[in-house]
Amino acid sequence: MIRVSHLTKNFGNRQVIDDITFNVGKGEIVGFLGPNGAGKTTTMRILTTYLPPTSGKVEIGGYDIFDHSLEIRQLIGYLPETVALYPDMTVLEFLQFMAKLRHINNAKARINQVIELVKLDDRVNGYIGKLSKGMYQRLGLAQALLHEPEVLILDEPTIGLDPAQIIEVRNLIREIGRDHTVLLSTHILSEAQQICDRVLIINRGKIVAEDTREGLQNRIMGTQRVLLKIRGEAEDIVRLIAGMTGIISISCKEEDTLEIETNSSDGMCPQIARAVVNAGYDLLSLQPANMSLEEIFIQLTRDEPELPTFSDYRIHN
Amino acid sequence: MYNAWIIARREYRLHFISPIAYVVSTLFLLILGIIFVNQLETYLRFYHPIYQPTIPNIDIFVGPLISILLFVTPAITMRSLSEEKKNGTLELLLTTPIREWEFVFGKWLGTFLFALTLLGLTLIYPLILNHLLDPGIDWGTLIAAYAGLIFLTATMLAFGVAVSSFFSNQIVTYFATLSILLFFWLFGVLLQPTSSSSISEEALRYLSFAPHMVTSFLRGFVALKDVVYFLSMTFLALLIGKTSLEMRRWHE
Repeated sequence: MIRVSHLTKNFGNRQVIDDITFNVGKGEIVGFLGPNGAGKTTTMRILTTYLPPTSGKVEIGGYDIFDHSLEIRQLIGYLPETVALYPDMTVLEFLQFMAKLRHINNAKARINQVIELVKLDDRVNGYIGKLSKGMYQRLGLAQALLHEPEVLILDEPTIGLDPAQIIEVRNLIREIGRDHTVLLSTHILSEAQQICDRVLIINRGKIVAEDTREGLQNRIMGTQRVLLKIRGEAEDIVRLIAGMTGIISISCKEEDTLEIETNSSDGMCPQIARAVVNAGYDLLSLQPANMSLEEIFIQLTRDEPELPTFSDYRIHN
Repeated sequence: MYNAWIIARREYRLHFISPIAYVVSTLFLLILGIIFVNQLETYLRFYHPIYQPTIPNIDIFVGPLISILLFVTPAITMRSLSEEKKNGTLELLLTTPIREWEFVFGKWLGTFLFALTLLGLTLIYPLILNHLLDPGIDWGTLIAAYAGLIFLTATMLAFGVAVSSFFSNQIVTYFATLSILLFFWLFGVLLQPTSSSSISEEALRYLSFAPHMVTSFLRGFVALKDVVYFLSMTFLALLIGKTSLEMRRWHE
């Protein structure tokens, strides 16, 4: 459905997108995962024909973005990163306006459908300026869905929402994704994991990894971090734990807290606990630490796993 | 073309929601009314069948009307594209199947329809004048003058829409438009045609609004060359606006 090959975008001398290539199949939900400034929004703006690429080829539904920009715009529904809607219109007026721009037949029925889908039934005649952030975002989504687009491009759809609303929007996207092609961007790892069939990890304008949901899961679970809080001589404990098999690195976070990276899925918690207690130290706490997106990037861009050494071990006071 | 009409309709209706439009139209009608009453009073006070036989004609308000329009049209258009740029709604609209020129034309058409409404309201003054004067006013001159006003307004609004495509700040847009309009109006007034005028002076004079209004429409003539002038200036300005929207594709 979406075919991007060797896409590059420069803003002056700054290269924002550096030769990326990917495909999105029909009915697939693909996530663009990357930190802020990775080039996600720019890529999406190019796909929606808002910005032209510097070089490379982009095809959506068989149409080229240069030759058939209007056809592509009819084909896609787009939710921009910070979606701007007219605050001086009511929800209904706005959707009617968008429906006319999209030349939708039987607009009235479709508008009602979409309003029901995003659960804005009770605010139909309310002004957009008075909507809460969550409702506003859902209206943005409604606008993108209005013309039943084959391809949905969503730029950070859950940004600025509270946890309950995030879950709502994620469920909505998954529901829509059953019969639409969806490309969404996010900088939240767990979100990509939950919604997407496939994840493209992008950093500094390059795709650094491409993986399925399970693959991503394994990547995260493959190495597990645990935070260990103990009372005792840190150096001795480091020596003790470093001797165990399966430890990748140990570093000191705070005065009495060690961060241990292991290659075992359960973080080797039982073994570590036993070792610490058997050696006669007081174990204050032992908890698994989730990997942050930044850490995943570090891991993905690291060529080989490092051998366990003491070089990581530093005490900061 | 239908897309342009949708944009125009929204733009027109927005003028009846936004407070700026109400402030602008109130000021417009109020100032014009004060000037009209003041002028009329002066004429009536000094009127004498033998010593001062001039009777007032439509010039007593058409002249001031043009001056006021110079200040009012930038206020009508300052919102048009600047606000869309500032809020970011431009990205939303330009990723729907609408062409840039349809968008710019629609924006202009919306403001133009609003300005026509305002101009329509000013027709009350010739009606009052007609009622006060004994033989009435010359309707031919009035129609020509209003035709001229409509063409002039169309052009000035197109300039305003074009300028608003460059700035996201409405105040900057207002003053930039105002300076351009004053410039286009004034150099035509200042450069009077003489036998020694150079070609560049003549060309500059031709580009200005004033010679196409003062000596033609306001004298009761509707000349094709002036109509062509205003239509091509309007077209040119809208073309600049459209190109400026496309400029985001060239750099950022």
